[in-house]
Amino acid sequence: MEALLGLNGISHWFGPIQVLFDVNLELHPGEVHALIGENGAGKSTMMKIMSGYLQPTEGTLQLDGNPIRFGSLEDAEAAGIIMIHQEFNLALQLTVEENIFLGREKRRGLFLDQKAMQAESRALLERLNCPIDPRRKISDISVPNRQMVEIAKALGRDARVLIMDEPTAVLTNRETDTLLEQIDRLRKAGTAILYTSHKLNEVSRIADRVTVLRDGHKVLEAPSRELSEHRMAEAMVGRSLSTLFPAKAEAKSETVLEVRGLTVPGHVEDASFILHRGEVLGFAGLVGSGRTELMEGVVGLRNASGEVRVNGVSIKPGSALAAREAGLAYLTEDRKDKGLLLGKNLRENLTLLALDRFTRIAIDRRAEEQALSRAIEEFDIRAGDREMLAGNLSGGNQQKLLLAKTMLAEPDIVIIDEPTRGIDIGTKQQIYGFISRLAAEGKSVIVISSELPEVIGLATRVIVMARGRIAGELEGERITEDAILRLAMELAEPKAEVE
Amino acid sequence: MTEAAINTFGRLNLRRYNLHVLGPLLALVALIVLGAMLNPNFLSYGNVTNVLARSAFIGIIAVGMTFVITAGGIDLSVGSMAAFVAGVMILGMNSLIPLMGVGIPLILVGMALALLTGFGAGLVNGVLISKVRIEAFIVTLGSMGIYRSLVTWLADGGTLSLNFDLRALYRPVYYGGFLGVAWPIIVFALVAIAGELLMRHTAFGRHCAAIGANEQVARYSAVNVDRARTATYVLLGALVGLATIMYVPRLGSASGSTGVLWELEAIAAVIIGGTVLKGGFGRIWGTVVGVLILSLIDNILNLASIVSPYLNGAIQGVVVILAVVLQREKKASEQ
Repeated sequence: MEALLGLNGISHWFGPIQVLFDVNLELHPGEVHALIGENGAGKSTMMKIMSGYLQPTEGTLQLDGNPIRFGSLEDAEAAGIIMIHQEFNLALQLTVEENIFLGREKRRGLFLDQKAMQAESRALLERLNCPIDPRRKISDISVPNRQMVEIAKALGRDARVLIMDEPTAVLTNRETDTLLEQIDRLRKAGTAILYTSHKLNEVSRIADRVTVLRDGHKVLEAPSRELSEHRMAEAMVGRSLSTLFPAKAEAKSETVLEVRGLTVPGHVEDASFILHRGEVLGFAGLVGSGRTELMEGVVGLRNASGEVRVNGVSIKPGSALAAREAGLAYLTEDRKDKGLLLGKNLRENLTLLALDRFTRIAIDRRAEEQALSRAIEEFDIRAGDREMLAGNLSGGNQQKLLLAKTMLAEPDIVIIDEPTRGIDIGTKQQIYGFISRLAAEGKSVIVISSELPEVIGLATRVIVMARGRIAGELEGERITEDAILRLAMELAEPKAEVE
Repeated sequence: MTEAAINTFGRLNLRRYNLHVLGPLLALVALIVLGAMLNPNFLSYGNVTNVLARSAFIGIIAVGMTFVITAGGIDLSVGSMAAFVAGVMILGMNSLIPLMGVGIPLILVGMALALLTGFGAGLVNGVLISKVRIEAFIVTLGSMGIYRSLVTWLADGGTLSLNFDLRALYRPVYYGGFLGVAWPIIVFALVAIAGELLMRHTAFGRHCAAIGANEQVARYSAVNVDRARTATYVLLGALVGLATIMYVPRLGSASGSTGVLWELEAIAAVIIGGTVLKGGFGRIWGTVVGVLILSLIDNILNLASIVSPYLNGAIQGVVVILAVVLQREKKASEQ
């Protein structure tokens, strides 16, 4: 069968640095083609070239067998090639319908034909099995539903080729299932789909073909049924991955953190738990179950009532500074919006949380530089240039920088929210290593994660939350996927839009 | 990546960066050369002192404004606030004459009063913005009207004049100097140096930039966002007080038209200097250059009769817009 979109011998340079080396790729109608690779392997560049954001330095694109050049995003869209971004391209203050029709509004005479647009939006969303009211604002709907709106927007533009950049990064397992069903439906309808994800089990489930990129080279292309997840991971990393998770260490009996009856209005109700020295405590639960809000309440980033005791001493609620001084540190799940200043360099990001350690009256820049050198070495932050902006680091390196920034405050208790979201498997392994080393050094760690294997692989004890309450606790052998899921779903079916 | 590649990259970045940094400085030098060519008196001691001393009011305020803008805020009320502070200062000093007599203590009390009034006015702005969470634009638009109206009311629609004897005693603060340098210039220079140190070398400056760049990140980094943001407005208010202390001896009076459009000149100077209007990056020395550029344009138009001085505002406007265009191009090339 002829390829709908073909990339032939694509090479690309950013300045003097070559990021793609003679890569070929074909997308066929009715086929899901997964493109996988570590952060920085060149996936994004490939996607940008396909969707008209970038023109390749060398190589050609073919559409229906004819050579074509996309001068811009609009050119590619006109040809039916639509990219769905990891960071959504939706106007938050506009309604679902306004977003779906943005730039191609229907008119009747001088005025907008809202009725027709709403009806069509509703039809598109129904095709996706996502019954949301097109009149609602984007800011009022949940993240997975926003994802559906993005897809509906693409469908409304008669997408022949859909490029999906990690569409499941922000979805829970259940939401992922729904999305994969939609993708399957689109495939049957004859859409060519390029799919990227760090979650290899999804790739196995949904993809027909898999292409693996490593350092800008295509290292593997094969039908997905011929590849195991393990084989994919090794092709991505270029070395064998024996054990992803380090051995678990025994926690001490000493209690370092005690949370009693913590309530975060609207999110968490009456949560109590304790954390031991040297322990890795996992927090599981569906997105919207209140895990993040509970921890933000504990570290004073949200208004909360209840008691938080660190080493037996009660800390002032609602003060992030008091929590930090008590040795508590929270590493946000949202590194781009809450974790790092993307427009600032590495040094200023690194020292922001612990700036007082570098300040007498003036900031000691030499000490900052030394701290940066140490952090780069200790956390293996791969930056081309020390002066580069944090926003230009790959996701994995941003996460390492964020980890370094948090650890610079020398906390006793570290709460890490989604430690490996959107991160490739090689970096994941490193971060798991850091976490277990922290526990071995006598720090206490809480890991919040939506990825069950991660919680199971890291934690010696797991607390499961459901609908703002602590639903149960599992320890040792009892920590299984099955047990966690049962607790997470225990209290009736959570609504689709908890958040 | 090879070592050589990193080096070329680094050097390229550096050169581009320097060009941008030098932009406002080059403009300033060009203006000085132009002025010297157009009028031989331009570089005379008298003219230089005059230009610098008159820049001092806006300059002192603009230094404070740089902090506010860097932290993602704006303050439209500074011109009205200056008029109000001047009014309170003059009324206060006049009414204390029977109690204290005309003398240096009274002037010191007047100065303290000015600083305190500015501090208080800034605090009100800051608390409304960071604690009550009203948009800075709205709060300061409101307080701009309030202070302007208050000073007009205090002056009963006319002019508030400082007691004649007191004025004579106070005059040297503007007209006098130290080693031939006028006091306003000295104060402006000290404020600028202190501001530069505060911005570039202290946690407060770093926090301002962090808040302006991304408030959430600052909050999650245990920065006390409300306190730092309030502090920028308080600092600006106090500097408005300081500017007023230097301004009152110049004319010895205040009225409803004192300090009109100062806020725009101060904001313009900040932007010309390379501070980003939406916050996240601020440069005090750039602001100083910005202030000088604006006053030199004014001065050159007055000295050389090529273009009407009435077009001063238009030319300054063009300069501000141009500065922002250049700033944007720098952004694009950074990507």
